[in-house]
Amino acid sequence: MADASDLKRTPIADWHVEAGAKMVDFSGWFMPVNYKGIIEEHHTVRNSVGVFDLGHMGQLNVTGPDADDFLQYVTTNDVTKLAPGQAQYAMLLYPSGGVVDDIIVYRRPDDNGFFIVLNAANTKKDVDWFNEQKANRPEFDVTLDHSSERTGMIAIQGPKAESVLQKIIDVNLAPVSNFSSVFGNVAGSDCMVGRTGYTGEDGFEVYSPIEDILMIWKALFEAGEDVGIQPIGLGARDTLRLEAKMALYGQELSSEITPLEARLGWAVKFDKGEFIGREALLKQKDEGLKRRLVGFKLVERGGTPRTHYEIQVDGKTVGEVTSGTRSPTLGENIGLGLVDVEHAGVGKPLDIIVRNKPVRAEQVRTPFYKRG
Amino acid sequence: MAEIKSGLHYTKSHEWVKVDGDTVTMGVTDFAQSELGDITYLELPEAGDSVSKSEPLGVIESVKAASDIYSPVSGEIVEANDQAIDAPESVNSSPYDDAWLVKIKLSDTSELDELMDSATYEKFVEEEGGH
Repeated sequence: MADASDLKRTPIADWHVEAGAKMVDFSGWFMPVNYKGIIEEHHTVRNSVGVFDLGHMGQLNVTGPDADDFLQYVTTNDVTKLAPGQAQYAMLLYPSGGVVDDIIVYRRPDDNGFFIVLNAANTKKDVDWFNEQKANRPEFDVTLDHSSERTGMIAIQGPKAESVLQKIIDVNLAPVSNFSSVFGNVAGSDCMVGRTGYTGEDGFEVYSPIEDILMIWKALFEAGEDVGIQPIGLGARDTLRLEAKMALYGQELSSEITPLEARLGWAVKFDKGEFIGREALLKQKDEGLKRRLVGFKLVERGGTPRTHYEIQVDGKTVGEVTSGTRSPTLGENIGLGLVDVEHAGVGKPLDIIVRNKPVRAEQVRTPFYKRG
Repeated sequence: MAEIKSGLHYTKSHEWVKVDGDTVTMGVTDFAQSELGDITYLELPEAGDSVSKSEPLGVIESVKAASDIYSPVSGEIVEANDQAIDAPESVNSSPYDDAWLVKIKLSDTSELDELMDSATYEKFVEEEGGH
């Protein structure tokens, strides 16, 4: 168990401990890795509905007359495509083309600027980065408001997510499309609710004033009791996102990995004009990629692929595993890895080096899991 | 609270040992399986392989991580539990019975004296485990 005394705690931390969760230090936060077990929690989200405490994640508000132009410059995606309430996946890049963080950008439902969600491990780095870019480009008239400490965040994910959340919110969720958000009153608290998530299932993320988040958490369990709602830890969050091939910063993305290598070019809009990292990515495009992310599954027994395991072809190193797991949904050992382009391609073989032994793998189409 | 069976011997790396003459049966403890979480894979030596006390004997993988299993004694593998290999989740459900891992013919019975009894192991888990 993590030494809890030095760690940051969400308002729901005591609840997790009482529920018997195994608690760990996650980027300096005292967080649940699992309650009953990762596999059971994973299936709960795929088949019914699960709830995640995401109080460790960061939030930043960007407002002001030049908020659109500023985000066009700092992020990779095109915020002018966002109608009020709509959200998009984007990245912050270094001039080198490496990734500062991957983020979700919401144009607020009231059209009052943007609400951005940041990875827990990167929150401070990201906020410093935004401030630095603002200082470098004083012509942008924007206000940055780092609101992580005022904001509670919960995800409700799974095929029953809408019906459960609908019981305790005062707006109709049916018309809220994927990657859209609304304001609504949840169990008495004024919240922003996005149809977003990190599991490959339908679901929502709820942002509330931090003092209300424990009350909302408890209300969800009452609302979902009849469908077997369960709390889900970070362990299943990782297996769920990996099956859905969603990138994890620090594994599929880093300052050394570009969005093109990570196959996230769809979230990079070159035609919108200048943005940080654009030149480096254009150059990489022009010269051709040397490596790229691939998905694979093991085709023989030999363990589970894990982050940093070596990938070989004919005894020669051709890459490295970025993420791997035993997929609870598929019952197979799956992984993502960065591989030299000449060896990348669906159907092509790879050897994953597990404890000094090559284990045969085959590249497969991703995502590994797609909801029906 | 993890189950600790009396009558067995224990290691600091959370293996249990049951003695039957000059042969022992070993596995991982209930505390170990609960710390590891859902077990997904076992790699065990085969009959005839020799093993050394406190050296890695095999590997146990959970959804989260891979860990070594350490041999509690030195000797020769008599049998590995193929059913446990085929159903690694049995380590979670039955760590002391269905999911025994290997049987080892002892090369030095005095090594057993260095293992903990159940009361000592219980204290060790309380101090080490912190819960």
